[in-house]
Amino acid sequence: MTTSGWIFMLASLGFVLVLVGYCFYRVMAKPAAADHMHAPIEIDTQDIGT
Amino acid sequence: MSQSKEQWGSRLGIILAVAGSAVGLGNFLRFPGQAAQNGGGACMIPYFCALIFPGIPICCAEWRMGKYGGQFGFNSCPAIFGALGRKSIWRYLGVLGLIVPIIIYMYYVLIESWCMGYAMSYLFGWIDLGDDPNQYAARSVEYFNGFVGANQDGLMLDGRLHISVVVWILVFAVNFFYVFRGLSKGVEKFCTWAMPVMAICAIVVLVRVLTLGTPNPDKPELSVMNGLGYMWNPKPVAGGESWLAALAQPKVWMAAAGQIFFSLSVGFGVIINYASYLRRKDDIVLSGLTASATNEFFEVCLGGLITIPAAFVFLGLAGAEKTGVFSLGFHTLPVVFEYMPGGHFFAFLWFFMLFLAAITSSLSMLQPAIAFLEEALGIGRRGSVALLGFITGLGSLFVIFFSKDLKSLTFLDDTIGTITIVVLAAIQTILFGWVFGVKRGVKFAHEGAEMRLPRFFPFVIKYITPLYLLTMLGLWCWTDLKKYVNQIASDDVIALTFGLVVVVTIFLLVLINIGGRRWKAESKGSLPESEIESGVRPAATEVRP
Repeated sequence: MTTSGWIFMLASLGFVLVLVGYCFYRVMAKPAAADHMHAPIEIDTQDIGT
Repeated sequence: MSQSKEQWGSRLGIILAVAGSAVGLGNFLRFPGQAAQNGGGACMIPYFCALIFPGIPICCAEWRMGKYGGQFGFNSCPAIFGALGRKSIWRYLGVLGLIVPIIIYMYYVLIESWCMGYAMSYLFGWIDLGDDPNQYAARSVEYFNGFVGANQDGLMLDGRLHISVVVWILVFAVNFFYVFRGLSKGVEKFCTWAMPVMAICAIVVLVRVLTLGTPNPDKPELSVMNGLGYMWNPKPVAGGESWLAALAQPKVWMAAAGQIFFSLSVGFGVIINYASYLRRKDDIVLSGLTASATNEFFEVCLGGLITIPAAFVFLGLAGAEKTGVFSLGFHTLPVVFEYMPGGHFFAFLWFFMLFLAAITSSLSMLQPAIAFLEEALGIGRRGSVALLGFITGLGSLFVIFFSKDLKSLTFLDDTIGTITIVVLAAIQTILFGWVFGVKRGVKFAHEGAEMRLPRFFPFVIKYITPLYLLTMLGLWCWTDLKKYVNQIASDDVIALTFGLVVVVTIFLLVLINIGGRRWKAESKGSLPESEIESGVRPAATEVRP
C-alpha cells in the first residue's frame, strides 16, 4: 500500500462517510414536513365564550 | 384507473427502500473489479465526478418526475411520462420504465436464489471443496456449474428436484409475498430491517477480512495491506505509463459513469415509481441525496474493502484479477472462504448479505409493474400480482431452462441491464430538461425541500447529462452494435432470448394503449396545469369523468 493509495482510500472513505453522516443527521434531526402540521383541534381560536 | 391510496409510512422508510433498491450485487462484486481494472484509487476521481454530475442530478430528476406524476394520481412510468410530456409518444416511451424492471427481475431473482442457495449450502454444510487446496478452484467452478446447470440447457428442469430450483421457487414466492402486502406493510417494512441487517453482516465480514494479517507466513507478500494496495493504489491502466495518464483515457471515465448509473438504479423506472407515492409537501432533495449516499456507503466503504483484498490475501494477483461478477462472486470467493479461518460461517454471512442486497433490489423491480397493471387495466392488487407473477415466472423459467454457459442470462443483462437503462436515463433527462422544463422542475423540487439544489443543477441536467448519456450510447453503437446484431443472428438461444424481450415489449405496448384510452376517458392526464400548480392533489372525487 503506497502513500498515494492511502490518500485515495482515506479521501474516498472520508468523503462517503461525511456525506452519509451529514444526510442521516439532517434526516433524523428534523421531523418530516408532515409532522409539523397541526390538526385543527390543536388551534386555539380564543373565541370561546364570545 | 384504480385510485391507489398507497403511501410511504415514513421518510426513513422510503430512503431505505430506495437505497435498498440501489444496493445490490454490483456494489460488492462489480464495483471493486471495475475500480481495480481502471486505475485503482485513480478511478475514484472519475467515479466521484460521475456521482456528483450526472449521477445525483438524474436521481433528483427521477424523484421529481415521480412526485409530480403522483400529484395526478399516477404511479407508473408510462402514465407519468404521459403527464409530463403531454403527448402520447411519451407514454409509449415509458414502456422502457416497465421493460427494464420486469426483464431484469426475470434473471435477477435467479441470481438472488443462487445467493440464498449458497448461504444455505454453507449453513448446512452442503458445499465441500475437498481437502486438497490445489483442487479448490476447480471444485468451486464445478459446484457452481452443477448448482446453476451451466453445463447443459434444460438441466435444471429435467424432472428431478434440484435444490437450486427449490430455492428459486422459495425466493420467488417471498418476493411476491412482500409485494402483495403493499408498499408500506411489505416493501418498506422489509427494507427497514433488511438494510441494517445487511450492513451488520457486511461489517462483520469486513472486520474478518481486515484482521487477516498475513495468513500464510511463507508468502509474506500476500497480506491485507497489499490486498488493499491492489485495490486502492493509483496505477496505470493496461498499456498506460502512469496513473495520471489513466485519467486521460475516455474508457476509464465511461467505466466510472457506467458503474454509477448501474449502482444508483438510475434508468430502472424504480425511483419514479417510489417517488410517486410521496405527498406534495414531502421533501425529495434530502431524501434523494440520503438514499444515494447510503448506496455509496455500501459500495465504497464496504464493497471496496472486502472483496478484492480478501481474494488477494489468499489467491494473490490471480484471484484478485478475476473481476467478473459471477467469477468473483461464485468461483473465487468460495475458494477464499475455504482458506479463511471460520470461513464457512463468514461465507454464510456473506452470501446471506448478498441475498438481502438482491431481494431489496428485486422487490423494487416488481412495484412499478404492479402499479402499471393496476392503472392500465383497473385491476386490484391481487389480480395485478397474479398476472405479474405469471409473466415473470414464465420469463424466469425461460432463463433457468437456457442455462448452458448462462448465455440467456448474460444476454439479457447486456441488453436490458446495461444498454436499455442508459437509453431510459437519456429519455428521462430529455423529458425533464427539455420538455417538462428545468425551471418548473426545480421549483417543484423545492416544495417541502429541506435542502436547496445546487446552482449548477439546471445546467448539468439540461446539457451535460444528456450529452454524457448520448455519448455513452453513441460509443456503444460505434463499438458494439454490429457485434450485438451478429450475436443475435448467429446463436439460436440468444435469438430466442431476444424474441422474449420483443414479445414482452409488444405485450406492454398493447397494455399501454389500453391504459392510455382508459386514462383519457377518465381525463386524468389532462388536468389543467393550474390545478397541479395550486398544490391540490387530485383525489378520486376530483377527477372529472
